[in-house]
Amino acid sequence: MSHQRWLLPACLAPAALFFLAFWLLPVLRLVALPAGQGWGTYLVVLTNGRYLLSMANTLALSVAVTLLTLVLGSAIGIFLARRTFWGKQLLLSLLTLPLSFPGVIIGFFVILLGGRQGLVADLGAAFGMERITFAYGLLGLFLAYLYFSLPRAIATYAAAAEAMNLQLEEAARSLGASRLQIVRDVWLPELAPTTLACGAILFATSMGAFGTAFTLASKFEVIPITIYNEFTNYANFALAASLSITLGIVTWAVLFVARRFGSDAANVAKR
Amino acid sequence: MRTSTTTATTATTTSSAPILLLITVLVSVFMLAPMLLSIMAGLVNNYSVGLKSGLTLRWLLEVWEVYGNTVGWSLALAVACVIGTLLLGVPCAYALARSRSRSARAFEELLTLPVAVPGLATGLALILAYGQFSAFRQSYAFILVGHIVFTLPYMVRSVAAAFQRDDLHALEEAARTLGASFGQRFLGVLVPAVFPAIVAGSLMVFTLSVGEFNLTWMLQTPLTRTLPVGLADSYASMRLEVGSAYTLVFFIIILPVLWGLQSLARLVQKHHGT
Repeated sequence: MSHQRWLLPACLAPAALFFLAFWLLPVLRLVALPAGQGWGTYLVVLTNGRYLLSMANTLALSVAVTLLTLVLGSAIGIFLARRTFWGKQLLLSLLTLPLSFPGVIIGFFVILLGGRQGLVADLGAAFGMERITFAYGLLGLFLAYLYFSLPRAIATYAAAAEAMNLQLEEAARSLGASRLQIVRDVWLPELAPTTLACGAILFATSMGAFGTAFTLASKFEVIPITIYNEFTNYANFALAASLSITLGIVTWAVLFVARRFGSDAANVAKR
Repeated sequence: MRTSTTTATTATTTSSAPILLLITVLVSVFMLAPMLLSIMAGLVNNYSVGLKSGLTLRWLLEVWEVYGNTVGWSLALAVACVIGTLLLGVPCAYALARSRSRSARAFEELLTLPVAVPGLATGLALILAYGQFSAFRQSYAFILVGHIVFTLPYMVRSVAAAFQRDDLHALEEAARTLGASFGQRFLGVLVPAVFPAIVAGSLMVFTLSVGEFNLTWMLQTPLTRTLPVGLADSYASMRLEVGSAYTLVFFIIILPVLWGLQSLARLVQKHHGT
């Protein structure tokens, strides 16, 4: 039993050392960097209008995309769980296929749809209208983020809806509950833990998504693009670091809170 | 608040659910149309003219010439990343599963930070810390290190959960009282017992590494490019047909590899007796 005392630390050591050397110390250095330009550098996202706007843009976009994705994802998940039709499994695997696409591909998809040579522009031209391009603005970015988020929500909700208790719903219906009541009192509580966990992940992914916005070279500036520009175009490392820290704290906090609430909800459910 | 969004859709649904059907159809079109469009665009002579301009393989050949090596490097990086996370992650998962101390929990929380913190920030930190070691900076090892840091939590989480099973404790005790050394117990009892979790973790790590862009774009150099990095480069600098053909290369090579691995993982899970 005595050798147990060094056994576990020995198992932990390789990962711990690697993590220390290639993440923790570099990141701590990054965190310390803005201090060199004065403590105010840490708050630049609040004090500088341009960065504040970029952060507000990113937050608003991520919240909007997350909410719409949850609505659409839950609808599709429930639909697929309740129906059996030919090719359902194929459809589900095609809808979740983009999970393995890098964000850049999705940005490119939106260019194919709404870019200068895009499908919508061609269709518009064919019907005698002007060539509509939406890929490089807010709408393009929104659609790209939506495309990026949907497969994750569909996969999660399809699994959760499959596990939903049909008897509960039957019982409610036979007791005369309206559809609205069933949705509110049966579906909603049953899917709440999924919604919380999935929503947090979707939000965090949207906040940090860089590839998609990078490909679209969007006029609507989001924080990852701002960070990248500060770093590469202006070589302003301290500022890039400060903005990265802010972004990191926001995403981490959302995930952390969701996890805490999630486990609380699970504990309540057990009781 | 958060859950009120689900009501909005489902409130109006009926058992015949025309709204659910409508949403499913519309979203399916939205998801599938760009895939078809990009496949078509990679195979036609001229995208703005469309199918009428005739089919060709020349864009694919051009992509293969300019970016062909990124495919091999991406796959090699993903394999190396899986090996790295296995060697570092499986013992670490064991230690975390067996230790209930506060510091172990804190370490676990720390270890998952690279997932929560955007890849851009991790990339920035690595460049600032190691950028001056130019041999390291200009090698694929630099990208590999970033990928391992980012994917390690997924491996550790997946395997640690499996190590926590109660019957595994008893099994390990039994092997110990029979005189098995730790090495024998670890490789002979524990690892086989959690093998499905190891396979699932490896699959996850492989998939994440192949598609990683946020971090990799910061870490890459002109001589160390991965597939997603090459894709971004082609989208920015080449004609639409070349970008589409490159995307097609991703579909043709990477997706079958992922599918193959997924079915392999399912096979392992099915045949794994406990």
